[in-house]
Amino acid sequence: MTESVETSALTPLPGQGAPAGQTGTVVRSTVLKRLFRNPLGIIAMVILLGMALLAVFAHVLAPFDENFANISKTLAAPDSVNILGTDSSGRDVWSRLLFGAQLTLLSALLCAAVAIAIGLPAGLLAGYYAGKFEAVSNWIVSILMSLPGLIVLLTIRAAFGPSVWIAMIAFGILISPSYFRLTRSAVQSVRNELYVDAARVSGLSDLSIITRHIFSVVRAPIIIQTAAIAGVAIAIQSGLEFLGLGDPAKATWGVMLSEGFKNVYLTPTLLFWPALAMALTIGALVLLGNAIRDALEDGEKIKHRKKPVKGTDKRTTAAPAPARQSRYAVAPAVDAGTEHHLVKVTHLGVGYPQADGSIKKVVDDVSFHVDRGEILGIVGESGSGKSQTAFSILGLLPDTARIVAGSIQFEGNYTAAPGEDVVNQGRLSKLRGKRISYIPQEPMSNLDPAFTIGYQLVTPMVRVLGIPKAEATSRAMKLLSDVGIVNPKRTFDAYPHEVSGGMAQRVLIAGAISCEPDLVIADEPTTALDVSVQADVLDLIRELRSRLNIGVILVTHNFGVVADLCDRVVVMQNGRLVEEGTVRNILRNPQETYTQVLLGSMLEGKEPMSMLVSSTAKGAAS
Amino acid sequence: MSATVATDPATGPAGERESLLRVDNLVVEYPSKGFRARPFRALTDINISIGQGETLGLVGESGSGKTTLGRAVLGLAPVTGGKITFEGRDISHASRKQRRVLSRDLQVVFQDPYTSLNPALEIGDILAEPLGVQGKPPAEARKRVRELLDQVGLPADAIHRLPREFSGGQRQRVAIARALALSPKLIVCDEPVSALDLTTQARVLDLFLQIQQDTGVSYLFVSHDLDVVRHISHRVAVMYHGGIVEQGPADVVTRDPEHPYTQRLLLASPVPDPDRQEQRRADRHRLLEIQRMQDEQAVALA
Repeated sequence: MTESVETSALTPLPGQGAPAGQTGTVVRSTVLKRLFRNPLGIIAMVILLGMALLAVFAHVLAPFDENFANISKTLAAPDSVNILGTDSSGRDVWSRLLFGAQLTLLSALLCAAVAIAIGLPAGLLAGYYAGKFEAVSNWIVSILMSLPGLIVLLTIRAAFGPSVWIAMIAFGILISPSYFRLTRSAVQSVRNELYVDAARVSGLSDLSIITRHIFSVVRAPIIIQTAAIAGVAIAIQSGLEFLGLGDPAKATWGVMLSEGFKNVYLTPTLLFWPALAMALTIGALVLLGNAIRDALEDGEKIKHRKKPVKGTDKRTTAAPAPARQSRYAVAPAVDAGTEHHLVKVTHLGVGYPQADGSIKKVVDDVSFHVDRGEILGIVGESGSGKSQTAFSILGLLPDTARIVAGSIQFEGNYTAAPGEDVVNQGRLSKLRGKRISYIPQEPMSNLDPAFTIGYQLVTPMVRVLGIPKAEATSRAMKLLSDVGIVNPKRTFDAYPHEVSGGMAQRVLIAGAISCEPDLVIADEPTTALDVSVQADVLDLIRELRSRLNIGVILVTHNFGVVADLCDRVVVMQNGRLVEEGTVRNILRNPQETYTQVLLGSMLEGKEPMSMLVSSTAKGAAS
Repeated sequence: MSATVATDPATGPAGERESLLRVDNLVVEYPSKGFRARPFRALTDINISIGQGETLGLVGESGSGKTTLGRAVLGLAPVTGGKITFEGRDISHASRKQRRVLSRDLQVVFQDPYTSLNPALEIGDILAEPLGVQGKPPAEARKRVRELLDQVGLPADAIHRLPREFSGGQRQRVAIARALALSPKLIVCDEPVSALDLTTQARVLDLFLQIQQDTGVSYLFVSHDLDVVRHISHRVAVMYHGGIVEQGPADVVTRDPEHPYTQRLLLASPVPDPDRQEQRRADRHRLLEIQRMQDEQAVALA
């Protein structure tokens, strides 16, 4: 019973493509796979692996003990016995290099391990619980970070002797704040995620929430950080030893460097080998960190500004080739008889070039027009291309987007002439903000939090209309009261965070009409607002339309909003225009199946508790 | 079978003995920043009850406290005063251990299907999590996960996929399946269809109704959309500024409300027909005018 209901509920709508991830096997490129595809990552890993192998098998590979000195053969040139020569005490450079690798790498690991052991748990706890523990650990971290590292290390050297291990443990403690801060901020960003709440509701203990849900967030940054820290540890340790503070009884790269520097005029190669080993190791660590970061960043990079390959270019209209070259030339005249339309979109196609050279179309063969004093609604679900269409009229498509077909004209002039593959910014920037303006969906993210609302209203007017600031200010006040703000002065002086969402949307509408546009494009202007605020905003747009005789393109998914405001409606689905007509025709007598399905999903006027889509449900259930 | 469950609780307000969840004089306060600052009072004197197999719709605008009420029931918001009783037990200040027992009967579906699922975990692991907490052996848990996927209409191969490989509606199905895993008695649904497209919303609402018919689960259904609440609820409570201004049978509250705020809310939500919407718009303006004049009179009298 249940099965039959649920499968019918899952069947895609007629004409709607199967949503991504519906069926079929899963192909997921893992981080490791992407890492191996990156040549720099492979090189770095090969070098590190080589170094590690040399260090591990130092006892087998080295012909001499690290401190075996042949006094009769000092500063010798490479030969068959000492393949890299000998140093001033007659010790074999190759052997010392191998044993040095062992000690250097191990001490770097120790340093990173100490830093992680302190920083990671402390960061997890501080991030997850906040409160007192976080406050106290923040003080400690601040103290640690204000200590001058090298001086502390020198003091420790004086107190505890020239042990590499003690120095690296101390350095690990000194550097642990970097892990602490990294972990804490990563945890803070997910602490209040809903899936953590869901885990709490499930009764998971804090420990299992941290290990299961929170630790996965910090894993990747920790690995990257460790690669960098290990490199720094090698550099610091070698630096101390280069200053002569190392343990002379132990071979490390730093000690060898110091030894080589004393003899730099006699045998410069003594300096060269440890320096090369260090450079390779530290460089490989940095490269590996970068490669891991690249591998973790999802998505493949597509080369921009690449002309589509011939044959894959699926243009629907035959575009005249010469027009494409003359990007800055004067646009051709529009078709006769269409000049009086405020906006006319003809067979518009918008696409995004993909990595394999094909073009993914998000808008396909869309045509409509808007006249003055008219409100056109573009209705569709997410992914229907309605916002892409609106953005192409505004000329605000992302750089990667291409107009693959059709044209856009505004007041009898092309903004995107037939054959042009991008919207002509030269022509459009003269219109945008002055003749065409925009009301966004999210009011808060469209106001700059650093400036007062007044400043953000006045500046465009001064620039666009060329009026003095005092006049612009009085106009802004008038606009704010026009859009129904009771106390314009207070809002004018307020910063965006000091006003509510509905107020911010009014401010944006005031901004949109401040330069007396002819066309306003409103992209879901009320979706983020409460219904009573929505009703006020819709009243406002309606009043502006009749007072200023402007044309409005209203992008929305809400048929109630359409019924309230629009004269004509176009319905879009999967980038295509499904149906166009007057608001009464579309809402009362839809011709296309998709429009009928959309309207059928409305809850208004439905029998409560009845099935909406799966009409078979009742039959199956009873 | 659909008839018995659907009509039974609708006959009247849930009685004392049959109510599954009772909330009495609930107060929720959040501590404010700053020394000796007055705490922020999110909820004031809330009284609701939900019966077995019943849906209580909670409607209100942003900041009205409807989400906080749901979170308080789940133990995610601090209860400062009053009492929350679930099946006769006081759960106002339940410990984590008590919550773990409680989670068998009390579950949640959140609004945002994009952040309510851990992006790093496969669907199978997400669904098995509540089962594992209750100590189910892995083999049994896997079997239950397959049942759940089937119940919410997802393909069986979803087990080994990540949340990002699904659309919003499908993710919400996963979240519903997670809530259903332990066959709970009450699910708190916090705006579960608000982030979904119209057609997807309709299908997910169908799923909620179907599950209630099949399992007799109760819902505390939080939404800002009066149409959604009317469609899915037996009774409706309207929230405003942290309090409940009106509650009663769904068809009464959502068609013929008494409280001025509910009246404003009803007339503000647009209907999908130009002429009826014009009528509603005119009604709204008239109502606002009347209420404004009443307010003025009240001020003048005071």
